[in-house]
Formats: sequence, C-alpha cells, structure tokens
Amino acid sequence: MQSIDIEILAHEEPQPAAASLWRDALRNFLHNRSGQLGLAIVGVLLIVAIFAPIIATHDPIEFRDPNNLIRTPPCVHLLGCPKDQPEYIFGLDGNGRDLFSRVVYAARVSLFIGLSTVTFAIVIGTLLGAVAGTTGGWLENVIMRFMDVLLAFPSLLLAIALVAVLRPFIVTGLSPLLPALFAIGFVSIPVYARIVRASVLTIKEQDFVAADRALGASRTRILFHRILPNSLTPLIVQGTLGIATGILDAAALGFLGLGQQPPHPEWGTMLGTERNSVFNAPHLLIFPGLAIVITVLAFNLIGDGLRDALDPRLNR
Amino acid sequence: MGRFLLRRLVLIIPVLIGIIFVTFVLVHSIPGDPCQAMLGERATPEKCAAFRDRYGLNDNILVQFARYVGTLASGDLGSSIKFSRPVGDILLERLPMTLELTVGAMIFAVVIGIPLGITSAYKHKSPIDAATMVGANLGVSMPIFWLGLLLIGFFGVTLHDTPFQLPTGSRLSTSISSPPSLAVAWHLQSLTGFPKGVLTFFSNTVTFNALVTGRWNVLGDALKHLILPSIALGTIPLAIIARLTRSNLLDVMGLDYIRTARAKGLGERTVVFRHAMRNAMLPLVTIIGLQFGGLLGGAVLTESVFGLPGVGKFLVDSIFARDYPVVQGFTLVIALIFVTVNLIVDISYAYLDPRVRLT
Repeated sequence: MQSIDIEILAHEEPQPAAASLWRDALRNFLHNRSGQLGLAIVGVLLIVAIFAPIIATHDPIEFRDPNNLIRTPPCVHLLGCPKDQPEYIFGLDGNGRDLFSRVVYAARVSLFIGLSTVTFAIVIGTLLGAVAGTTGGWLENVIMRFMDVLLAFPSLLLAIALVAVLRPFIVTGLSPLLPALFAIGFVSIPVYARIVRASVLTIKEQDFVAADRALGASRTRILFHRILPNSLTPLIVQGTLGIATGILDAAALGFLGLGQQPPHPEWGTMLGTERNSVFNAPHLLIFPGLAIVITVLAFNLIGDGLRDALDPRLNR
Repeated sequence: MGRFLLRRLVLIIPVLIGIIFVTFVLVHSIPGDPCQAMLGERATPEKCAAFRDRYGLNDNILVQFARYVGTLASGDLGSSIKFSRPVGDILLERLPMTLELTVGAMIFAVVIGIPLGITSAYKHKSPIDAATMVGANLGVSMPIFWLGLLLIGFFGVTLHDTPFQLPTGSRLSTSISSPPSLAVAWHLQSLTGFPKGVLTFFSNTVTFNALVTGRWNVLGDALKHLILPSIALGTIPLAIIARLTRSNLLDVMGLDYIRTARAKGLGERTVVFRHAMRNAMLPLVTIIGLQFGGLLGGAVLTESVFGLPGVGKFLVDSIFARDYPVVQGFTLVIALIFVTVNLIVDISYAYLDPRVRLT
C-alpha cells in the first residue's frame, strides 16, 4: 500500500497548476499594451522578412538604376511624385540600388542575427550555468570567474576585439557575417549563465526538489524536469531583450565595417557606407536607421511586456 | 567597512589576471605568422628567425604569458607596429578624449534622467509620465551612431548659420589651438616616469588643461564640441536612468515609512526628496557604474561618427591595420578602467547602504 502511494506521487506531475500559471502569464502578456504593440511589430517584420522577394520592388544587390542615377530622394507616384520619373519608394543609394528593397531584405539578416545569437548564447549559457550550479566546487568557481572576466569587458568592445581575431579565419565561401555573429553571441553568454546558475541554486534547495530527490529521481531528471523549467521566466525575458541588444550590436559592428559586408544589405552596414550622405542625401540614413529603431523597439516592448506578465510582483 | 574593502580588493585579483589572460589569448590566437604581419614584405627566413628570437616567440606559451605579465607590471604595453611608438604614449594622448566624452555623456544622462524619472513617478499615470516612458523606450532602442548622424544632420546642416548651430566633429575649432602642455605651463619639464605620464594625461585632457590654465575660450570651444557627442552617447543611459528612477521611486513611495512621514504631517516635497529619494537612489549608483562600461564601448561608435581623436576610433583603425599590440593594450586598459569604476561603485554602495557591508 505504502509503496503504491509513493509510486503514484512520483508520477503525478503538478501539471494543472503549472499549466494555468503559464496560461495566466500568457493572458497577462496578451493584455499588456507594450506586449501587444511589440508582438504586432514583430509580426509585420516577420512577414516582411519571409515575403521579401514579393515585397521588394527590385533586386537588392544586382539592380542598378538604368539612367545611372544615384542617391535620388524617394519617389512614390501615389504621393505626388511626377509619373515620368521611375518609382523608388525610399530612393536610390550611392550605387544606384533601390534602397527600399535593400531595407526589406535586410530585415531577414537582422532577425536572423537577433535570433541566432540569442539562441547560441542561451544554449551555451544555460549549459554553463546549470553545470556550475549543480556541480559546485572548483568547476563552478572556474566557470563563474571566467564569466566575471567576460563581464569585465565592455561588451561591444569585446565583440570588436573578437571580430578582429576571427576575421582572418574567414575564407572564401564562408559568410563574412560569421565572426560578428559569434562575437555577439559569445559576449552575451555570461548573462544567461548567471541567471541559470542563480535559479539552480535557489530551486535546488526547495522542498519539491528535495522530495524528488528523496523519491530517487536522478540528477539529470531533476535538472531538466524541475530546475530548468523553473528558471525559464528570467531566461525568456532576458532572451527577448537580448534579441534587441544583438540586433543593435550587429548594426554597430556593421556600421564600423566589421559585420555584414557590402553589397549584401544590412541596416548597420548601409548606414556605415552612406554616413557622409548626411549632408546631401539624408534619406539614405533615415530609412535604415528607422528600421533598426522599430525592430529593436519591438523586441524591447515584448521583453518588458513579458517581464510584467511573468512576474506578478511587478504588476501595478 | 575595512573588512569589506579588503574582501572586495582580494576578489578583484582573479578578475584582473583573467582580463590579462583573455587579452593575451585573444591576440595570440590570431592566425598567421606575427613575423609576416610585422615585417610584411621585408620578411625573410633569417629576419624571421631573428625576430622570433628577439620577441621570445619560440618559448612555451606559459613562459610567454609570464613574460607578458612581467612587462605589464613594469607599465610597458608594447609598441604599435604601424606607428613604431609605445602603446602607452598613444593611450596618454587619446584616452583623455574618450574619458571626457564618457563623463560628458554621463553628466547629460544623470542631469536629465533623474529629474525626468522623479517627475514621472511623482505625476504617475499623467501625460508627462506616459511621454517619458515612450521616450525612454525609444531612447534604449536607438543605435548610438544613428542618433549621432541625425544630430549632425540637424545641428550641423539644418541649423547651419543659425545661433543654434553646433560643431559636429573634431575636438577643437580650427581657429583655436590646443593648450600647451601642463609641463611647460608649470615648469615641470624635468619630470620622468609615472608622474610625467600623469601630467601628460591631464595636459591632454583639454577641458581640464584649459580650466586650470584659465584659457576660457579654449574651454568654451572644447565644451561646445562635446555637446553633440555627449548627447548621442548619453541617450541610452539617460533612458535607463529615467526608467529606473521612476520605478524605484514608485516602489519606495508605497512603503510604510513614507506613509508614516506623510502621517506626521511632512510636506510632499520633504517626503519625496528627504525620505523617498535616499532609498530610491541606491540602486541607481550601481546602474550608473554598469552603464559606464556600455559608454566606453559606445564611445568607439561616437568617436567614429564625430571624428574625435579618442581611443575608440584608433582601436578600430588598428584592427583594420592589424596593429595587434595596440588592440591588445587598448582593450586591456579599457577593461581595467571598467573594473576600477565598478570597484568604486561597489565601495560607495557599501558606504551608502550599511546592509551591503553586513552580509
């Protein structure tokens, strides 16, 4: 009788409670105004990125204005631009390419950078944080002190230095964006490692984990079924904000010439190559810059909304 | 307090060693023969052998690291390949600009950010509050370099030839010459070593130099040139500080002791500034310190946009020129500054909040 009871307890997941907590969080999030706005913008951006070939009016790289015009201001027929002029929604860039199409295609690059660098950093950071938190001892010390060292560098600066080191490794055929991707992901690892380690340390002392342990659950099972699900909240919030930071950092590296290389469209790189146009063709700076601001803002809004939704203590 | 200080200082040692190690490893993992990189087309097998011998490149990597730490301890950061000058000298020339810019940005962020945050908390849920929060959200989402370019466009192009026009680049106007070195002004040319370095550093801090030597036109011009870069660099910390001031103040205003203060009949002004602010400001100290690192990184972008002769622009140029000793030395020094600032922040935090010391 006794053993059956324990068996039942061991298999009884606290599903209903957990599910409704998440459902509550989701409902809170969907009712959160900044969350709604952020989600809507990201939705539009995703559509733009996925359907770029349909939305773009010209080829972003190959197209050149047939009359060899460059840096002409935007011309939209619907908005009163003379019909005899060719239509370029955001105008032409310094190479006679259509700026609108380039901005549209660049959405793909930026979203990819944001998502991939954060995924990379979360996976490695979670692994390091979980190992540090569960094993303890010298290994924990080594990992966490290394994270401290990485945090001692201003992150953009460390990313720049990393790109400097990695650039020579890029051989033909590899994307010149890779060093920047790795650098941005790498410098954000410590944040996630710290979050996960802190959650592991708190959660592993709690009664429901002790109960699991008493029932003979393995370390791995406790880690994956108890500890990690409970550290998800801060990871999700930080991850969303991390996408915003990643996109900003990538744009900064691109601006400095250390990210995506021309002629490939990337917002930061486009701003970097046309920086001197501020005096004669400001539209070349306004549109890619606005694209960055809108994208980063959207992820920041989602992050804020998630934080409010997932942490009931902050509700007011 | 003494024990806290000691513990904090001891804890910083492994971080320092780690920083030195990371910069060392970074530069040593660059592929390719350093001899080829340094001598270029002049590299012959004999010359390279001599070169490797001279720089001890045949030794074990740990021996090389130990030697590197040794040279660092004697204050030597190596020499620039491109300019054949000690990296330390270049830093003394360029670091002041970056620090002036960083401090300028921080002053801008704090002076505007804290009052904004207070107003928004005080007028919670008012249009001012909403506008501040929207502005803060936009502020943290704006690329520094883009804001810089917009500022150049607005104050340099749109407002050209109006009284509101502001300088958009370089450190001083062409009509104004840099102030002479303080060593000359104070007849201290006989100084050598570390004191000389310190004096050179302050000489090159144009605003400081102009202030202490009373060159008001130079000071005014230098400050004017700092306005736009400081706004560009300070906007992100401004937004963060405003947001944090607001949320901290809102938290504190809900506490019992504030109710008590109000109940005993204190004026609202006294309640906010003398009671609530003291507790609300504490976390700000940490955030301001943390922002400093972001500012040092962002200074690279700001200097690049405004063409300022600071460490950031030089660092990026050195990366393209593969001038690795410069990359190594600059990264190291900036990280050290960041760590020092954080240490100061921690200590001041412990000084301000006794609870931190006791845990």
